[in-house]
Amino acid sequence: MFRSLLLLAALLISQNVAARGTGDLGIVIERADGSVQIVETSNNTSLGRIEGLGDLSHASAVFSRDEQFAYVFGRDGGLSKIDILNKKLVNRVMQSGNSIGGAISQDGRLVAVSNYKPGGVKIFDAETLKLVADIPATYGNHGQQSKVIGLVDAPGQKFVFSLWDAGEIWVVDMSDVSNPEIRKFKNVGQNPYDALITPDGRYYIAGLFGEDGMVLLDLWNMEKGIKRILDGYGKGEKKLPVYKMPHLEGWAVAGHFAFVPAVGHHEVLVIDMLNWREVGRIPVHGQPIFVMAQPDGRHVWVNFAVPNNDTLQVIDTQSLKIIKTLTPGKGVLHMEFEPRGGEVWASVRDEDRIAVFDTDSFKQLTTFAAKKPSGIFFTSRAHRTGL
Amino acid sequence: MRVNISFSGRMLTIVIAILSSQPVLADTTVSGIDEKRQNELLYFVKHDCGSCHGMTLKGGLGPALLPKTLGGKPKAFLVTTILEGRKNTAMPPWKPMLSHDDASWIVEQLQNGSIPQTQLAKGAQ
Repeated sequence: MFRSLLLLAALLISQNVAARGTGDLGIVIERADGSVQIVETSNNTSLGRIEGLGDLSHASAVFSRDEQFAYVFGRDGGLSKIDILNKKLVNRVMQSGNSIGGAISQDGRLVAVSNYKPGGVKIFDAETLKLVADIPATYGNHGQQSKVIGLVDAPGQKFVFSLWDAGEIWVVDMSDVSNPEIRKFKNVGQNPYDALITPDGRYYIAGLFGEDGMVLLDLWNMEKGIKRILDGYGKGEKKLPVYKMPHLEGWAVAGHFAFVPAVGHHEVLVIDMLNWREVGRIPVHGQPIFVMAQPDGRHVWVNFAVPNNDTLQVIDTQSLKIIKTLTPGKGVLHMEFEPRGGEVWASVRDEDRIAVFDTDSFKQLTTFAAKKPSGIFFTSRAHRTGL
Repeated sequence: MRVNISFSGRMLTIVIAILSSQPVLADTTVSGIDEKRQNELLYFVKHDCGSCHGMTLKGGLGPALLPKTLGGKPKAFLVTTILEGRKNTAMPPWKPMLSHDDASWIVEQLQNGSIPQTQLAKGAQ
């Protein structure tokens, strides 16, 4: 009896050691090493590393709603489920030859991955990583499969994504997992390159690479079809080369303005979401890649494509002017805000480090080593549609 | 321009060993790409070309850049593609960042498969 009590006590103690919340945790993708660092934002430190996740160039991640697990989408088609609390790889499946991103369903039970090769979307059980649905992005009359981009989750157990080669937007309703319902919007425009869903989960906006313009789908009124916005935004201007595909995510929204990268123009475009008209163009340092609003919507932070990727610029959303230019170093690939926006983390790939800035003073607060860091993802994403 | 030396001494030795063991690459010295520039270009291929073609060059938004996909294509065509880009695709003209010699050297490495997968897959330090 005494012995079993001791055992129980030992067990409790060991569990207490491990006990910890996860609300201040996050991961940093180390793209070249196939590893992720587990980080925490309370004291801005690294807690450890999980290795063996394959090719993580262009990797992204989503979180389980309990914020204990992250699903990491690798370029090589690997889908890895990691336990960030216990710092271990839980499960890993090679689900395609070449993938580009993923999303987690509203109820947290499904994880979807968008693939380049074979082009389509695969949907997995979040618990077991067992395949639930395979949706090839077939188009045209000859059974071609399109690369899929801009995959997001939407309310009502939906996933929405775009077909790069086909110029289509598909909405998949997974309410009945054994019978996915697919709605297709065709001829939306040439080469959608990425898409965002507004934080309320209502509007899906895809950017076009092949044309100056964006397309909008109102998920509350899908029968109205696709609406073209910012049509011909670069008219009369010479299109500049695009050395890296820009990104679109729901964080582009600040108040009723959305801030998006212009493609082939060194500008950030400002859209008034009340009428979907362009209200401004802000000249910036290079081809914008990520255009991210601070959680309070006061500032928008922008990074750039090579050869201008050593710079970050900060736009004031009231004046629509650049109020700060920072040069953290070559290869600023991604930024992530702490949930309440006081600090922003930036990965500086070529200097093998993460830099943390105060969003008020723009001062660098700390920096620490990371191997060729790219994406930074904090657990607060678990509770945001589209992230 | 800042210089990135991205390979360890050991990696360099391996690269040099591979380069010198392949007679096809003899003309890289003729093109005047020194070792330092070669390392910059390898880093460039991996990370910047890699952002569309995949870090291991197996393809992404852009096609794979492996010997089996590029081997049969005329060198001049590929050099022009790199420098001038390709119309109506996402391939931009890289001539603001790469010289003709740079592009020729890159094409040679890609066509010969001289950039080993192990090196692309492993961390460049």
